[in-house]
Amino acid sequence: MAKTILAVDDSASIRQMVAFTLKGAGYEVVEAVDGEDGLNKAKSKPFNLVLTDQNMPKMDGITLIKSLRAIPQYKSTPILVLTTEAGDTMKSQGKAAGATGWLVKPFDPQKLMDVVKKVIG
Amino acid sequence: MTVDMSQFYEVFFEEAAEHLASMEGLLLKLDIDAPDADELNAIFRAAHSIKGGSGTFGFTDMTGVTHILENLLDKIRKGELALRQEMIDVFLEAGDVLKAQLDAHRSGGESVDEARIASVCAVLAKMTSEETAPATSSTPRQNAAPSADKTRFHLAFKRVAKSKLENLLRELAENGDLKVQEESGNEHLSLMFDTTMSETDLLELIQYVVSLKQVVLATGEIDPAEFARDAFGFFEGNPGAPEAPLVAEEDDGFGLFVSPAELKSQQEADDGFGLFEDAPGTEQIKQVEATADAAPIKPAAPTPKSTAAAPANTEGASIRVSVEKVDQLINLVGELVITQAMLAQTTANVDPTLYEVLLNSVAQLERNTRDLQESVMSIRMMPISFVFSRFPRVVRDVANKLGKQVELRTIGEGTELDKGLIEKIADPLTHLVRNSLDHGIESPEKRIAAGKDPKGTLTLRASHQGGNIVIEVSDDGGGLSRERILAKAKEKGIPVSDSMTDQEVWLLIFAPGFSTAEVVTDVSGRGVGMDVVKRNIEGMGGRVELDSKTGTGTTVTIRLPLTLAILDGMSVAVGNEVFIIPLNYIIESLQPAEHDVKTVASEGRVVNVRGEYLPLMAVHSLFNIKPKTTDPSKGILVIIESDGNKAALLVDELVGQHQVVIKSLETNFRKVRGISAATIMGDGKVALILDMVALVRMARK
Repeated sequence: MAKTILAVDDSASIRQMVAFTLKGAGYEVVEAVDGEDGLNKAKSKPFNLVLTDQNMPKMDGITLIKSLRAIPQYKSTPILVLTTEAGDTMKSQGKAAGATGWLVKPFDPQKLMDVVKKVIG
Repeated sequence: MTVDMSQFYEVFFEEAAEHLASMEGLLLKLDIDAPDADELNAIFRAAHSIKGGSGTFGFTDMTGVTHILENLLDKIRKGELALRQEMIDVFLEAGDVLKAQLDAHRSGGESVDEARIASVCAVLAKMTSEETAPATSSTPRQNAAPSADKTRFHLAFKRVAKSKLENLLRELAENGDLKVQEESGNEHLSLMFDTTMSETDLLELIQYVVSLKQVVLATGEIDPAEFARDAFGFFEGNPGAPEAPLVAEEDDGFGLFVSPAELKSQQEADDGFGLFEDAPGTEQIKQVEATADAAPIKPAAPTPKSTAAAPANTEGASIRVSVEKVDQLINLVGELVITQAMLAQTTANVDPTLYEVLLNSVAQLERNTRDLQESVMSIRMMPISFVFSRFPRVVRDVANKLGKQVELRTIGEGTELDKGLIEKIADPLTHLVRNSLDHGIESPEKRIAAGKDPKGTLTLRASHQGGNIVIEVSDDGGGLSRERILAKAKEKGIPVSDSMTDQEVWLLIFAPGFSTAEVVTDVSGRGVGMDVVKRNIEGMGGRVELDSKTGTGTTVTIRLPLTLAILDGMSVAVGNEVFIIPLNYIIESLQPAEHDVKTVASEGRVVNVRGEYLPLMAVHSLFNIKPKTTDPSKGILVIIESDGNKAALLVDELVGQHQVVIKSLETNFRKVRGISAATIMGDGKVALILDMVALVRMARK
């Protein structure tokens, strides 16, 4: 049974790359175009892992994580922030919001796959 | 598994271009005194997305520019710097540079002007470093707060590919003084870098090009031993772990926040990501690591079936198809229309009572063909906003340059026209807009003196009128000056009289080499004037009209056919040949009385139409055909108009009105004087389409 991953990013090219890579590794990937879309899709079905961008229109990544953590179903689902900011501010924000970890952009597909494999097997 | 990144390039190019366009649009709309926070955020996000994408897909030159751009935008959106007019100018310039870089990557060329990139980056960096010292001091790092002075960093790289290194050095050089200390081959390099950048910014810039594992950064001398041992140590300040270096593996922007007990298992963790200690979700990782293989994860297990039902990507609503495919489709439909016409003509002679079913089917076919033709043509239709969208920028730049205040209004942006026309109309329209800005709208002082709002208005309006699309460029400026045009025309030796109507006077500005501007500016008035505009538009089968009122403004109206592929025409017979006259040039058709046709000594014939003498051209003599009649009073005269000039064409008879599919004569044969194209008639015969512009010109000579 393939694990499902929700990939939230407003950039179509990044989304496509993430989805292509993870699908190639045998995961099921659902894409969402921003935080709001991501939240709605997360509500509609459970995911094993959520990958989210930070800077997005409508709802940013941190808000999405907070909103997800407020849903019982997502209390302990791994959530990774894909971010271009590796600063401490982002990290403490991410941690405070309840993110499981972070992955700095730009990343290559191999690294993404390794990290995802590490987190959800 | 290796992933070929190039497959995502096209999406990235499209996306980046969209981001750049929206960034430009937002920048132009931005109110400098009270910028809207949402708009600033949107601009920031656009730059940010380009940065993220270009970094991921390896276009590091764009990453460099967007990085600096983003820094400044970030300061502005956080309110650390006030937005100024110059900033918008630089942002727009940076957008142009990015566009150029994007195009270069797209076409595979390497033609971006390095000096231009460097100068934009320098200005951006300078603006960013202005009066921001206190703002960034919240960063806990000791060197992070940039003083007004430059900070000296020591950098050492190892095992960095040469191309990447060169790229990086170029980026760095744009942000400070670079001194290479040691180049020990083997792709090792150490250097000294004086910059106003903060350490955080510097690291961010570097990590876009090389892995942070490959670099050592210090404000003091680098201990070579340290470099040899391992290459990290600048992410020590781990927010979640005050004691003990819990996150030993954290580097390269990947980190795990784990409990000390977990440390061991985490230590083999790869670089590039991180987990927050005891953050929700980490238990799962333990599980994963314990069971090694994929084990069922959660009570709330995912149901794979529902994945398929997951909402499809919203972008799936449209597909990208190459223009050639669409053109091929249009061509085929054209052939179908001709075949249908042949069929209709053949069946016209059969007995309706015997072949009722056949005739019904043919009628049905005609309807379907017409619908199909319309649908296929609509594929090539694009909203005119594709052209209009460039004008806010043009108006802004030109108005700034001329010291004028201009507001641009666009109406009917959704009006659709053929893609081919969209591409061709852009240049003439730009010319008209520049003309209006330069010659039409007055300076604020003059406007105030004339009792007008100091801010002029330029209106672009598009609409459909019948089978035509009408585009208007109008301004509320000073209007055309009759006296000046007449004086200029006399000076240029163009025959004029003071009794000419206004309309005739206005048309003079379309004469070749005509420019009324007292001073030739670099905005317009370079001699290539309205005549080129007119010729271009007529080349598209369109017409230009001009209306002006002194003191209140000028309106230029362009009329274009909806499409270049089909034409409404009148078929006329001359001898055994059939010609097509484009319908929009025809004024009337008449049979003159014998005494209305006069011969002017060796200059040909003229015909008196209600007091107006028009040159008479016999189509048969033009193309050397044996006609049924050479006597105008026995044939038909078709009065045509082009460029405001009229002429009468003598033909044998009018056959009928058709929609004809245009087939280029030039691509299939060669250019023929007096013929613009060809078409295939219902009976399968080829008919030539007469070139009205050329014929009228020939008639007036």
